[in-house]
Amino acid sequence: MSEAPQANARPLLKVEGLKQHFPITRGVILSRTVGAVKAVDGVSFEIARGETLGLVGESGCGKSTTGRAILQLYRPTAGSVQFDGSELTELKGEELAAVRPRIQMVFQDSYSSLNPRHSVAKIVAEPMVINGGYSRPEMSARVSELLELVGLNPHHRSRYPHEFSGGQRQRIGIARALALSPEFVVCDEPISALDVSIQAQVVNLLQRLQNELGLTYLFIAHDLSMVRHISNRVAVMYLGKMMELADNADLFNEPLHPYTQSLISAVPLPDPKAERERKPILLKGDLPSPSNPPVGCVFHTRCPMAQALCAEKVPEYREVRPRHWAACHFVE
Amino acid sequence: MSILEVKDLAVEFNTIEGVVHAVNGVSFSLESRETLGIVGESGSGKSVSMMSLLRLIPEPPGRLRSGTAWFESATGRVDLLALSRAKRSAVRGRDIGFVFQDPMSSLNPLMTVGDQIAESMRVHLKLDDKAARKRTVELLDRVGIPAADERYGNYPHQFSGGMRQRVMIAIAIACGPKLLIADEPTTALDVTVQAQILDLVKRLRDELGLAVIWISHDLGVVAGLADRVIVMYGGMVAESAPVDALYETPRHPYTEGLLQALPRVDQDRGEELRSIEGTPPDLYAAPAACPFAPRCSYAFDRCRREVPPRFTIGDGHESACFFDLEQRRPRSE
Repeated sequence: MSEAPQANARPLLKVEGLKQHFPITRGVILSRTVGAVKAVDGVSFEIARGETLGLVGESGCGKSTTGRAILQLYRPTAGSVQFDGSELTELKGEELAAVRPRIQMVFQDSYSSLNPRHSVAKIVAEPMVINGGYSRPEMSARVSELLELVGLNPHHRSRYPHEFSGGQRQRIGIARALALSPEFVVCDEPISALDVSIQAQVVNLLQRLQNELGLTYLFIAHDLSMVRHISNRVAVMYLGKMMELADNADLFNEPLHPYTQSLISAVPLPDPKAERERKPILLKGDLPSPSNPPVGCVFHTRCPMAQALCAEKVPEYREVRPRHWAACHFVE
Repeated sequence: MSILEVKDLAVEFNTIEGVVHAVNGVSFSLESRETLGIVGESGSGKSVSMMSLLRLIPEPPGRLRSGTAWFESATGRVDLLALSRAKRSAVRGRDIGFVFQDPMSSLNPLMTVGDQIAESMRVHLKLDDKAARKRTVELLDRVGIPAADERYGNYPHQFSGGMRQRVMIAIAIACGPKLLIADEPTTALDVTVQAQILDLVKRLRDELGLAVIWISHDLGVVAGLADRVIVMYGGMVAESAPVDALYETPRHPYTEGLLQALPRVDQDRGEELRSIEGTPPDLYAAPAACPFAPRCSYAFDRCRREVPPRFTIGDGHESACFFDLEQRRPRSE
């Protein structure tokens, strides 16, 4: 896999102050908004061309919402999403449709993201049908090419999703995402639903495709081991906020934010000797609700190092060291 | 002293598409106070084996084809698989506690959490309401639920996922069991919550002197918890070994493959993961060969003709494989 691309080139994707709030409503006929779930609340990061940015966090931290907001599957409440220089949040209709082929998504659950009534050929060709400009023979040839690319037998093109295993279905989803030759792919937990022996197959495939096609990935996952394996840089989210972002080795070897530290320490290692030595930093309690996040630093209610200041003031997300960002009052 | 000895357990399911041979001749034993990890991928038969010990699989479509499971219960040694319905219920609640993956579907949503814990003690320990309530509050406190007295009257939906799993653990240990069977109890939880639950289980296990069977697909969780590990594949035991030996010197190609396929959070990124090609077997036919042979890089003709027996290769270390991974050549008889 290619090494971290140069930092000074213009990023392919630039996200600034991204907010995605969902209204909480009461009443059926006279529905009124009584609050908001701040799923993503002011997140900023960049992704360079050819890079893989890993995005990790626990359920409800807003990592998937971030991915969807980038694709404009949700219209962000605030903030900017610049893709190759164009501001996606301002694009509408045909302008947006013109950018869409360049940005695609691979979903977690291949059961619900592949139409069970469509053959593989129809599923994989669908982006080409929607986007237009392909003749039937062109589409048919492209489907065979794509199936071969993801390691499926092109002769199985007329089969249906249920005839494939979980790993193979995920390959179909990847083939569909690649149909329009995108530059940027959001991979939303693409391997979480798969068995261990199959996960490695799919991750290897994603890496090979990245090398061959020069793809840029946002790799969303909760499995830190896999994120460490696949990412050039890693971002950590908690309750809609960015906690830390750094180069892969820096983040895992020298995590600065207390949340990242506890998250990494909580991962069990497949090594009994190392396990006996491992001392997980146990966090207090559960995740607070994103509809009513703690004031001040969102992590302060569970943070083992929290002080009075943390409950009052939101810590600034700043570049603590070169290329290493963190949002904590006490990180130096 | 072993408290559980399972021999030749076989379970099948009748489905529209044919008979699924889910478990094929599984044998193992469990010592008192021992923690046994059972590792395998979906469909390997790990859950079905354990559920069928207590006849918790629906029959039909499930069918217990063979097996014995001698268990040291409070009232003497019994074969769990041959017990009458009434005796089985007594053993289930009292001597063996169960924790399942999804607490939301195991807890009754219409009953307060406190009453659900107290229920088993009223039935099995014949406690009166007042004593059961007192003990329930103690249990809630013990599994780390804050303000236990106030939480007694709460319903499951008022608890978070981690707290619900704590409630399940409280129910499982309520009647003072000797054995706790946990089926992927942390799989649905976030990693920081999983760490809390694992910490709780280890503490309770040591304090109460429990034997534990821990079913998981996560080789990391099992490494930190188990004394001994069984690796299952295609409804059979592929390998069984003390925990250190299994991870350091795996002697079944499947175990070796699984360990190599795992990236580690404490190691820098490698170039490519070693993956196991192919997909798990569908189990529609009774085993006539090694179930792993089609995906195995060491397989030779014998593996496709015969079911490998379990070869003993070291102290408590067994592998069901015709290939000697240590010597890197087929095993001689």
